[in-house]
Amino acid sequence: MSGALDKIKLTNAQIAWRAAQDIEDGSYVNLGIGFPEMIANFQPDGREVIYHTENGILGFGDAPAQGEEDWDLINAGKKAVTLNPGASIFHHADSFAMVRGGHLDLAVLGAYQVAENGDLANWSTGGKGVPAVGGAMDLVNGVKRVAVVTDHVTKNGDPKLVQSCTLPLTGLGCVSRIYTSLAVIDVAAQGFVLREKIDAMSLDELQSLTGAELHVERNVESLKVPN
Amino acid sequence: MDKTLPTAAEAVSQIKDGSTLMIGGFGGSGAPIELIHALIDTGVRNLTIINNNAGNGHIGLAALIRQERVKKLVCSFPRGRDTQSFADLYTSGKIDLELVPQGTLAERIRAGGAGIPAFYTPTGVGTELAEGKPVEEFEGKSYLQERWLKADFALIKAEVADTMGNLTFRMAARNFSPLMAMAAETTIVQAGSLVDVGKILPEQVVTPGIFVDRVVEISDPAQEETLNRMDARYPEGSVT
Repeated sequence: MSGALDKIKLTNAQIAWRAAQDIEDGSYVNLGIGFPEMIANFQPDGREVIYHTENGILGFGDAPAQGEEDWDLINAGKKAVTLNPGASIFHHADSFAMVRGGHLDLAVLGAYQVAENGDLANWSTGGKGVPAVGGAMDLVNGVKRVAVVTDHVTKNGDPKLVQSCTLPLTGLGCVSRIYTSLAVIDVAAQGFVLREKIDAMSLDELQSLTGAELHVERNVESLKVPN
Repeated sequence: MDKTLPTAAEAVSQIKDGSTLMIGGFGGSGAPIELIHALIDTGVRNLTIINNNAGNGHIGLAALIRQERVKKLVCSFPRGRDTQSFADLYTSGKIDLELVPQGTLAERIRAGGAGIPAFYTPTGVGTELAEGKPVEEFEGKSYLQERWLKADFALIKAEVADTMGNLTFRMAARNFSPLMAMAAETTIVQAGSLVDVGKILPEQVVTPGIFVDRVVEISDPAQEETLNRMDARYPEGSVT
């Protein structure tokens, strides 16, 4: 099944592209470290989006050319960045006032599990090793809207969208939309509401890969992305 | 008023075994490498260190940890590309970790500097990091009580300092440093350049000198990332 699934599911870049289409002009946005950072590459033309990074920059831009890095100018993932016109730099308490004070419009984060009530687990797999939390718990409790980009299932094929999270929680009831490798799903009062799915998968198949009920409110749109 | 000292060694000479230290920086950005190396040279041990991370490679904070000088680390993200120094000691039970969400860490330090013993935040509600902390409802929503963080010393890297301790910071190297400067009993600064009083425009001062106790000029300071790309060690030639 996983081999067949790998052939039809969206790549991370395609998931990032889909998530980018929903980011409104004029938004202040925080993208999680790693996969969510790709979303900035697919920002539609004509939209101005200001990106925030927890370590204290608003309005950072692309990575500099190799050899041009300024290691005092990095993002939360410790990668070198550049500054766009209008950028600003501030200390950590101001940075997290932006986060916790509800000044950011959107955070897009990765996930280990999302529950049908919007609970998110994305900081710890609960095992041994060194735990690390960073700014995830601040973001999910402060940013106006929290979305998730993720593979629909784990590497072992287990659902990542579940009735209740079994992994350590990052935040309660915080996720409003999930962009997966197979579907776009909202978290609403009744649970997961399916908005879009890839054509290559039937609703029954998608449901079998999802750990909680997928509600259908109206037509499910076709999830189409560029190759 | 002149807070300057001639060397990093003199600047850190009053730090004693068992001290609690805040060390500025987010990853390598803002890490006061020369002050940390001077601290290693003093031989002090049993330190409690407050920093966002756990150091990288074999220099700076990672070297301090590698030499088993740190009994406890208070931080938000002790993982990274090369955080083996911390991971080895942590998994063998030789170092304690207090894991704190990043924004809570910043606010606890700010509160310590501002004389506010506790505050409430939504961050961490319902998670395992909330264990043992009082929860209270405000306007229908639950918040966690978090306590201030204070330190005996802060080690800070500034871009420019004047002799009274007024500071500016370079790019995003500012991060935790202005907060830590407020929250420590004694704040020790390494500045890339030291200027006469009046040379920093008052409205461009980021950290006012009242929060700063000692300043040493370290021109052309080392950068953690650059040192690690050269696989540098401290002390030089040390084997790990």
